[in-house]
Amino acid sequence: MYTVDNYDVIVIGGGHAGCEAALAAARMGHRTLMATISLDNIALMPCNPAVGGPGKSHLVYELDALGGQMGINADATAIQMRMLNMGKGPAVHSLRCQSDKIKYQHLMKQTIENTENLNVKQIMVTELKVEDGKVTGIVTELGEFYGAKAVVLCTGTYLKGKILIGDIDYVGGPNGQRVAEHFSQSLLDNGIELMRFKTGTPARVDKRTLNFENMVEQAGDAHHHSFSYMDEWINRNEDVCWLTYTNEKTHEIIHSNIHRAPMYSGKIEGVGPRYCPSIEDKVVRFADKERHQLFVEPEGTGTNEMYVQGMSTSLPMDVQYAFLRTIPGLENVEIMRPAYAIEYDCLNPTQLTPALKVKHIEGLYSAGQANGTSGYEEAAAQGLMAGINAALWIEGKEPFILARSEAYIGVLIDDLVTKGTNEPYRMMTSRSEYRLLLRQDNADMRLTEKGREIGLVKDDRWAKFTAKKANIEEAMELLRNTPVNPSKETQALLESLGTAPIRTGIHAYDLVKRNELSYAVVAEAFGLKRYTPDVEEAVDISITYEGYIKKQMDQVDKVRKLEEKILPKEWDYTEIKGISLEAQQKLNKIRPHSIGQASRISGVSPADVSVLLIQLEQYNRSK
Amino acid sequence: MYIDDTIAAIATPPGIGGVGIIRVSGKDSFPIVNSLFKSAGTVPLMDRQNRTIQYGTIVDPATNKTIDEVLVLLMKGPHSYTAEDVVEIQCHGGIVPVRQILKLLVNHDVRMAEAGEFTKRAFMNGRIDLTQAEAIIDIIEAKTEDSLSLAVSQLDGTVSSFVKDVREQLIAMIAHLEVTIDYPEEDIEDVTSQEVREQLEPILKAMDELLSTANTGRLIRDGITTVIVGRPNAGKSSLMNALLRENRAIVTDIPGTTRDSIEEYMTVEGISLRLIDTAGIRDTQDTVEALGVERARDYINKADIVLCVIDGSTPLTPEEIEILTSVSGLNTIVLLNKSDVAQVVTDENIKEHGTFTAIERISAKEGEGSAVLSKWVQELVYGGRVKQDNSAMISNVRHISLVEQAKAQVEEALSSIDMGMPVDFVATDLRSAWELLGDITGDTIRESMIDELFSRFCLGK
Repeated sequence: MYTVDNYDVIVIGGGHAGCEAALAAARMGHRTLMATISLDNIALMPCNPAVGGPGKSHLVYELDALGGQMGINADATAIQMRMLNMGKGPAVHSLRCQSDKIKYQHLMKQTIENTENLNVKQIMVTELKVEDGKVTGIVTELGEFYGAKAVVLCTGTYLKGKILIGDIDYVGGPNGQRVAEHFSQSLLDNGIELMRFKTGTPARVDKRTLNFENMVEQAGDAHHHSFSYMDEWINRNEDVCWLTYTNEKTHEIIHSNIHRAPMYSGKIEGVGPRYCPSIEDKVVRFADKERHQLFVEPEGTGTNEMYVQGMSTSLPMDVQYAFLRTIPGLENVEIMRPAYAIEYDCLNPTQLTPALKVKHIEGLYSAGQANGTSGYEEAAAQGLMAGINAALWIEGKEPFILARSEAYIGVLIDDLVTKGTNEPYRMMTSRSEYRLLLRQDNADMRLTEKGREIGLVKDDRWAKFTAKKANIEEAMELLRNTPVNPSKETQALLESLGTAPIRTGIHAYDLVKRNELSYAVVAEAFGLKRYTPDVEEAVDISITYEGYIKKQMDQVDKVRKLEEKILPKEWDYTEIKGISLEAQQKLNKIRPHSIGQASRISGVSPADVSVLLIQLEQYNRSK
Repeated sequence: MYIDDTIAAIATPPGIGGVGIIRVSGKDSFPIVNSLFKSAGTVPLMDRQNRTIQYGTIVDPATNKTIDEVLVLLMKGPHSYTAEDVVEIQCHGGIVPVRQILKLLVNHDVRMAEAGEFTKRAFMNGRIDLTQAEAIIDIIEAKTEDSLSLAVSQLDGTVSSFVKDVREQLIAMIAHLEVTIDYPEEDIEDVTSQEVREQLEPILKAMDELLSTANTGRLIRDGITTVIVGRPNAGKSSLMNALLRENRAIVTDIPGTTRDSIEEYMTVEGISLRLIDTAGIRDTQDTVEALGVERARDYINKADIVLCVIDGSTPLTPEEIEILTSVSGLNTIVLLNKSDVAQVVTDENIKEHGTFTAIERISAKEGEGSAVLSKWVQELVYGGRVKQDNSAMISNVRHISLVEQAKAQVEEALSSIDMGMPVDFVATDLRSAWELLGDITGDTIRESMIDELFSRFCLGK
């Protein structure tokens, strides 16, 4: 076989996971190849033209703090930004941007093409080469061999992809692309367990055929936002979205054609997600709901295509036309791309370590939708982690694992590898037990130092971070050291600020604690130094919610020790005396990284954990 | 599952012993015990001489109520059994003071130790030799099975259905709050603080009601302490004999406990009763009479029921008046004995000397008294309610403590609402409450909340 080249890392796939994985490995100094089915579809957004939202935006901020690309790319190509959940608490503030899809792709492609150590090629991978339990490279459909020390699978929805629209189905990837027909078999041959998942996307419609006066305009925020800590806050409100609703007629049409939906005719075998059900699912499952809302969103500034959010379906075309045209604003709609459902193969993520490495094959990593997740942000976050860990492994270093208490990325990966998933996994803030600690505003404080250590945080980002950190500390000190005495002037000042007078001498810090006051207000009133909005926000949050934050930190402290107890890789749990049979089997399957992870496996009781602790102590002493 | 927090357990076997010991181990054992300990000295326990015994009392700081007189043994790590800071509290024997102290500790950030946990810590901290590790695993294994069946039997069906019910209400609220956070743009109405408050208030009330049964539950579990007082020849012995004859005496089969001659055990209405004859106390304490009196008084103060036997056939003696005064205001039933002969003492004569729960006339000689006792035991335990009442009653210290903690979280949620805190904080408090209650039924899987979200709300892309 013709050997083309030998790389350190080969990333299979050029979607959101693939891009981050390839960039991370290359930026860490390793010769990297990104193999993609189509060079025209790097960082393609095959579903909604948006990045962020609750939980997902948190992932993007974290990824950015670690030196990933998604935040920067989304900021630069955004056409609308909205900060969601503003009144619901600082930890759940969530940025969501509408992206110009084409610009997003092109900018990411440019970045990839111009990254040192990184080659990108249009390659269809058909085979994974493994020798003695260690990955050696890949074989292409043209019979070429590429050698690699590590391979990262970022295959998305392309493994044996199948598109379904009504009773029509054909082999294919998103947007009419080729699929990887043979690679699944190679994975199976290497002992990798696959699952079959399903997802779907709504129709894209022609902007010229919409009646905007029948829909409600959804403008972006007047405030300026950005995902990346590197970005300046600039205005990105170039376009708007539109809100409208289904009605009884819409539902009637769907009901009377339900037998023609592949989900109900039994054509679909894949498991779909509960959180983004198709419109036919919604109409059947929530039959008492009189209307469902939908958003019509621009796909970009240079196109008339618009995305009909909330109307994912796999009903046949005549039905799609019929029900869409019952909706106010869409009376004369023309469909440019039909809605469809897609089925694909993905890995059972419980086969992975918390470093996203396939347990039984050295050098093989997996990320993104290939691991049973859903969403660009979930994919990107895993891609970054898999790329980092492939690089660290080549360097002979310990894997980089984030704890559940450190990042949503940690929650995401821990959930996947510990509990697995039986539907495409979506991140939500309610999945995190330490939500108050894992905020957008402090992702840089939580993770930049780690990114620096890995080598992905370059000098410019580092300088920005250290300056911000110093400013926060300075502002906190300033507040602690500024006395406020109950003089007449002070009381009058406080009254003018709409807050209660003080009884004794306090510090400015105590004033910021009051719900109705902020650093900005106190600083203006007492002539203190002003800082940038991000610094003042960080100060406000850490002071106002001090008590709650401390409570969660105490909880983290209590479990920290368990997370630090690393279990030996070679243990056969069936030979461990004193733990239940169920725990033995589960532990052998999951092979947890730490006692902390073991304690989260269902079927492993606290008593089992006690026994593991003792066995581990015994093992460590006898070493 | 924590490994370096502060834990406590009762170290003495269950049942009646002379001394009860509670062992506390962990990094905060000294400051926590210190916060509950009162003594003549002002030096905190942390600064007192290591490996000494300190005399004082355990006081509930919330109510300022003294729980018991205690001796406290101070053993700083690493020179202790677990190699951590250990405090041993020695109090009076019997289940009540020991459990009260344990409960107080649990309410002050101490966790009840798991089976074998002290030994486990000793091993983890290098105090125990390698060869002993296997033995510890055996202990954990065996005790887990024991405690599992124990926990099941302790978890009364009505308590578990109460817990399930409250958790269901909580999860419905949490799911609604969470869905508005995770799906802010869906067509789902936001929950207002007022709505949350309205839904939380009945939950709080239900928790209070359950906790108010804690004492009743304890009575059923641990038995009722009944003390008989009266001057010699008033008929105490005949009463005791009458009671014991009618109610099967329990032979204690708890290893390590000896049967004290002044105490008898019996079951009345399915409830175990510990009967103490104070005359017996005086009789056994033949050396120092004063000590006997003091001990009798001690028993009287801790009794659930005091039976005060007065000879109804002769006028009240000064000694009887003194006794009546000393038991006034307690849950005292005055038994005017010798109703088979002419009575000279009237109810009014008795009432002149204090307030009593009831005044009854019996003839102990004729074997009467048992019916009266049954009646008042029922009254005490079931509060006059029908015995077959199926309302939840909580008795396990761990369960009580979990319900109390959950209640505190609900209260915190309410105060977050009052302070105008955003909904995220309210949801966080409610999640803690939901998880704490789940610890009672052993059901804390997070995933079930996510399931709830999807089953209740229509969410889509």
